[in-house]
Amino acid sequence: MTLGLTHFLVLSALLFSISIAGIIINRKNLIILLMSIELMLLAVNLNFIAFSHYLDDLAGQVFVFFILTVAAAEAAIGLAILVVLFRNRRSINVADLNELKG
Amino acid sequence: MNAFIPPNLMPALPELVLLGMACLVLVVDLFLPQNKRGFTLLLALAALLATAATLWQVAPVEIMVSFNGSFVIDRLAVILKLGLLLILFLVFVYSRDFLREFGMYRGEYYALGLFAALGMMIMISAYSFLLLYLGLELLALSLYAMIAFRRDSAVASEAAMKYFVLGAMASGILLYGMSLFYGVTGTLDLARLSDVIRIQSVESPVMLSFALTFIVVGIAFKLGAVPFHMWVPDVYHGAPTSVTLFLGTAPKIAGFAMAIRLLVDGAGALQVEWGQMFVALAVASLAIGNIVAIAQTNFKRMLAYSTVSHVGFIMMGLLAGTATGYAAAMFYTLTYALTAAAAFGVLMLLSRDGREASDLADLRGLNDRHPWYAALLAIALFSMAGVPPTVGFYAKLVVVNAVIQVDMLWLAIVAVLFSVIGLFYYLRAVKVMYFDKPEEGQEFHLLDALDNRLLLSANGVSLLLLGLFPSALMAWCLTAFV
Repeated sequence: MTLGLTHFLVLSALLFSISIAGIIINRKNLIILLMSIELMLLAVNLNFIAFSHYLDDLAGQVFVFFILTVAAAEAAIGLAILVVLFRNRRSINVADLNELKG
Repeated sequence: MNAFIPPNLMPALPELVLLGMACLVLVVDLFLPQNKRGFTLLLALAALLATAATLWQVAPVEIMVSFNGSFVIDRLAVILKLGLLLILFLVFVYSRDFLREFGMYRGEYYALGLFAALGMMIMISAYSFLLLYLGLELLALSLYAMIAFRRDSAVASEAAMKYFVLGAMASGILLYGMSLFYGVTGTLDLARLSDVIRIQSVESPVMLSFALTFIVVGIAFKLGAVPFHMWVPDVYHGAPTSVTLFLGTAPKIAGFAMAIRLLVDGAGALQVEWGQMFVALAVASLAIGNIVAIAQTNFKRMLAYSTVSHVGFIMMGLLAGTATGYAAAMFYTLTYALTAAAAFGVLMLLSRDGREASDLADLRGLNDRHPWYAALLAIALFSMAGVPPTVGFYAKLVVVNAVIQVDMLWLAIVAVLFSVIGLFYYLRAVKVMYFDKPEEGQEFHLLDALDNRLLLSANGVSLLLLGLFPSALMAWCLTAFV
């Protein structure tokens, strides 16, 4: 059996679904949310690279480099907000983010 | 191997000016003592003016494309960018006294604001998925930081975290849709994409609809349409009012531009598909936005739900799929941003030492003490509700008209019905200002400087004038779609 485009797409779709589930189901730790977000971007990257390879077009791989860079910046800001939140709340529990509602 | 041809930088000159000035603001601010912070603000305002002037100079008569077809400047881009810069100018001036009062008067606010402005301008001019994504992220990353700007506030950091998680998820979903579009069409270019889609919509409609769904969800998230609106009230409520002002005005224009670029310029051939999705989103936004707002006691939260309902109207204009519909949605977006700027501008004036005015009860008796500000806020609220002769009435009228023209009378009726329901909570706020007595000891401590007062007055009066003479702006909006 050879690996085809479909295999990559299915894998990427699975990763994407896991990350969405991770964001929605997770009620414990905010760091898991950040990990899920990274996973989501990586699933997209996998999609882009697979398409780029099978279309024989480099633009998709260039896009991946940009996504990786942005993901790094995003993680930095996310962790910074996490630190601020921990200082104010002494907790990074998702369930504790309950002051704003209505 | 192709030789490297340097791109034509002229179309992007306003963005380059803004980038340079933003970096300058960041550096100059480092060398200023706290009591000279006003200079940073002046420099930031100069940056906006210089960008607008450059834009006016380079604005082409025809559509102009550069950077290998990934950057475009057309009438739409010019009008939206000018509107954006005007709104940001107001936002920067309004927020000065508020920032000073609450110990947030730092240069980073303006630097982040300018970078966000750059991101929005790039979004407006983006003609490829890559550029659109980068502009969007530049805007989003700046906004995350701005919301968390008040480091010692627990609500602000909670709002920032919620916005971060949901915003990043929205970007991820949007990107997934982009990757699927790339896979089906083999191009990232929106112009080429629209050609390919026109051919392929016959061959592989299912795959295209699948990709389109992700794109629409991403756009709905960023605009704040139901059922992807969860972040809007929390973020509006939790963020410092100056940031709420920023967030509630300019990004709406950028979000509108993103929808136009992706769905009209890119996936225009799939208008029927995304139009149907927009019908559901628009009706849900109108319903939830207007009904849930009634239950709010917090003024910022109430305005957040009102934003959701306004997004419903903007989507109604878009889903008509005609030039008049797009122009109506554009008119609506621009005037809504202006209206929201006035409303939050007055709210910010009322903030008292140590505490922001954000509850409806904080507005009690405003008319007794400061009738002019009460009048300005009342004009803004009437405009949001769509009461003539304010501009909100005309904006709603053209949108409803555009929908009727494409034989969706029922949608127009739904929109008008929910607008009438929405009128209740706007009028309640007006009643609180005019007829309720302030509590014992509740004094208004106004943060008003002369320039602020003049701009705010001009902003409020412009809502009336635009309502009485809307044709010039409307004609301008129409030229973007012929």
